[in-house]
Amino acid sequence: MSQAETAPALAEGVDVPTPSVRSTALLARSLRLWRTRIGVLFTLILVLIALLGPLMAPHASDKFIAKPFSSGSASGTVFGTDYLGYDVLSRFLYGGRGILVTALVSTVIGVVLGVVIGLVAAYARNALDDVLMRLMDVIMAFPQIMLALVAVSLVGAKNSVIVLAIALTTAPRVARVARGAAQPVVERDFIGATEAMGLSRVRILFGELLPNILGPMMVEATLRLTYSIAVIAALAFLGLAANPDAANWGIMIQKNQVALASEPWGALLPILAIALLTMGTGLIGDGIARTAAGIDRERGDA
Amino acid sequence: MSIDQLPDSESETTGRRAAVTVRDLQIATNSGVEVVHGISFEIAPGEVLGVVGESGSGKTTVGLSLLGHARRGLKIAGGTILLGDQDIRAMNDAQLRRLRGSLVSYVPQDPASSLNPALRIGIQLREVLEAHGQTDSKANAARIAEMMREVALPDDPAYLKRYPHQLSGGQQQRVGLAMAFANRPRLIILDEPTTGLDVTTQSTVLATVRELAQIHEVAALYVTHDLAVVAAVATRVAVMYAGRIVELGPADKLFESSGHPYTRRLVGAIPRLSGGRSLVGIPGHAPSPGMRPPGCPFAPRCRLRIDECEAAVPDMLELAPDHSSRCIRALEVVEYQQDEYGDPVDLAPPEVETPVLTLENVVGYYGSTEVLHSINMTLEKGEVLAVVGESGSGKTTTARSIAGLHHDWTGTIKLGDSELAKSARSRSTDIRRQIQYIFQNPYGSLNPRKTIGESVGQPLSVFKIASGKKAETMVGEMLEQVSLSAGYARRYPDQCSGGERQRVAIARALISKPSVLICDEITSALDVSVQAAIVELLGELQRELGLSMVFVTHNLPLVRSIAQKVAVLADGNIVEYGETASILADPQQEYTRHLISDTPSLETATGDVPPAAAPTDGAHQA
Repeated sequence: MSQAETAPALAEGVDVPTPSVRSTALLARSLRLWRTRIGVLFTLILVLIALLGPLMAPHASDKFIAKPFSSGSASGTVFGTDYLGYDVLSRFLYGGRGILVTALVSTVIGVVLGVVIGLVAAYARNALDDVLMRLMDVIMAFPQIMLALVAVSLVGAKNSVIVLAIALTTAPRVARVARGAAQPVVERDFIGATEAMGLSRVRILFGELLPNILGPMMVEATLRLTYSIAVIAALAFLGLAANPDAANWGIMIQKNQVALASEPWGALLPILAIALLTMGTGLIGDGIARTAAGIDRERGDA
Repeated sequence: MSIDQLPDSESETTGRRAAVTVRDLQIATNSGVEVVHGISFEIAPGEVLGVVGESGSGKTTVGLSLLGHARRGLKIAGGTILLGDQDIRAMNDAQLRRLRGSLVSYVPQDPASSLNPALRIGIQLREVLEAHGQTDSKANAARIAEMMREVALPDDPAYLKRYPHQLSGGQQQRVGLAMAFANRPRLIILDEPTTGLDVTTQSTVLATVRELAQIHEVAALYVTHDLAVVAAVATRVAVMYAGRIVELGPADKLFESSGHPYTRRLVGAIPRLSGGRSLVGIPGHAPSPGMRPPGCPFAPRCRLRIDECEAAVPDMLELAPDHSSRCIRALEVVEYQQDEYGDPVDLAPPEVETPVLTLENVVGYYGSTEVLHSINMTLEKGEVLAVVGESGSGKTTTARSIAGLHHDWTGTIKLGDSELAKSARSRSTDIRRQIQYIFQNPYGSLNPRKTIGESVGQPLSVFKIASGKKAETMVGEMLEQVSLSAGYARRYPDQCSGGERQRVAIARALISKPSVLICDEITSALDVSVQAAIVELLGELQRELGLSMVFVTHNLPLVRSIAQKVAVLADGNIVEYGETASILADPQQEYTRHLISDTPSLETATGDVPPAAAPTDGAHQA
């Protein structure tokens, strides 16, 4: 309730679009919510484990310690050994980086691709819009994991294939949200003003339109990251990873689940990690979304 | 000034028992900041009380409080609201629900969004009756037919089967009125019901409101920002400023001998038909809740301010029975001649024979529909050409075609000697620079993610005029030219008021030194006092810089002080074209006459429509 009220000398009955909140301000304000803080905390811890873990691991990821599924006390390790007789803790500390990097790279590619397609479609307002969006619908008709499975089983479980498969299945979902967010903005007069100035289409799309949909796009990006992590972990769980014996949280869950009753840590640690990571990114997205909606409400009533 | 056509007068107000009595009403935010301070008024049955004020003055909040409703974040903090002898504030939710729609009804601003788009209007009208216990379907059908006739709409079953989108804006608002009057309420609250409507539609809706209120003895509260509109409908007027009533009195008194400087300034801001005088806006803006000064809230903007004004908020001072003002100098003010009118404007004669813009035989289309039929007009250097018409007359399409924003047209548009391509994208950079366009709604025409400086500076980089420090200096100078400080460059649009945004839009259009400026209804989204300030500024800039300008508007009196030439558009045809003065004084077409008499202006407000002057020679072309 601050500056919004300083003499809005506008006749009633005129459509007042929701005042903007600049994206940096949106991020900062969303941190006032506990859910965002908890999300950031979870994500930060898991990202640190994934990135710095290999430096802190007591053993190499492929060093035989004791016979498979020995307990911690028996093998002289914290969490015991896994199905190959390697140290569970070290495997865990090594196993996050792959998932995180693959998820991040594929999400970034997918979001960028989706935003471009969505913006082009929204701005085109003609047959191109229809063609692009129906194409997206076709891709979206298949569950993300299905297409990823098909791609991996056709071409092989290479990292690049996994990244590409997830990026391509992420893009249509992002495109739909981007187009939806951009559509009302395209109709606003300031776009007409830049057209009358003769600004190039590229500059209108990325200089004028894009900044106005950053809020919903940030929410969408965190949501997509959550899904990507889950899909990559699921692929690994199904044995579709570049190296089926590498230290990888998904593979750990699959291979160690047989001993869940006797030596649970081998499966439990990565399960907890993936759960906390997806919860973290999910909470951040939710926090941003709530902040954006809350700001809208507050301003709308001013 | 005649008031005999008005239904009621002050003697009856005091004589009869009031239908509504509001005493010392206070409304505050949930955090305790008072938004509306101590409002008191009463309305007699059959009387229309106009509540006038700028945006943010609290007028809508007061209107809603009579329904026992406060908008989210607000609460009614004190005072009494009596409907007859029932205290609305003492009612619980169930009682309030029964009250609304039966004893008190509400006509919202936007008829399109207040009717359910998925239901036929007949069903919606029936719902209003059934919701308040009238379930006899035969009687209801007869009642609905009667209601439709009352608001001058057809009552045949086929019409009642229509959906809201099959009605025009004016018809939708009439359905809204029919619903509001359906249960013969004792009080009806109208919240700017004509704002989105055409002048002609507006004047018939206003007449309907006045008639129905009078016939059915309904007390009506009419909320608006436009003093001229209020004069057409209300008997008494309450002028609100910064959450207080600053003047309360009969409508005619407010125009002739107002007792408050603010009312005087509002009157001065109304466009007038006679005499090309500049409009005078009110500088500064109203203080927002929580920042209101201890003294008279208008003092910082008042020309008659004395030191005592800032000591305490003045009490209401009775000037006459039923006329009071919240000004310590009210007794002096009321004696003044209305002196806030602007100076006469001498519009510089344009340099004839050097047309900067020529439209020859321009025919415009939307899809396969022809919306402009052979438009011919010329804009001379240094001339302002007003393009006037109702909505749907094709005036905006004409303007957008010139700017290259509407591509679907045939014919010739020439800038100087060079013929223009249809779309802006296919025109040369220099042509795009020379034609600049200002949009209607300043809330849509500025990118909310860009600072004012970035928006105003954009043409400089696009047209490669300047960059870096030099561009920054030019932006600063331009902002000062439109009466904003250079410091505005760092602000974002949501930190500016509507008037300030429109100044920014003007600055963005002028910074590239265009040869033709096109203004598309640039004041229709603004309060009347802000409209005056913008027109004043534009007039000054035009005279100073010798601009050639196309000024699109639906407000004919508004063009009096700015345009030398007028083109009146109806259904895509130019029906009248010539000098402003002679067209306003002696319109040749019925359509133009209607446009003049229906538009709220000082003359229509006070009933002094100027007598038609002797026909002048030559200027018209029908």
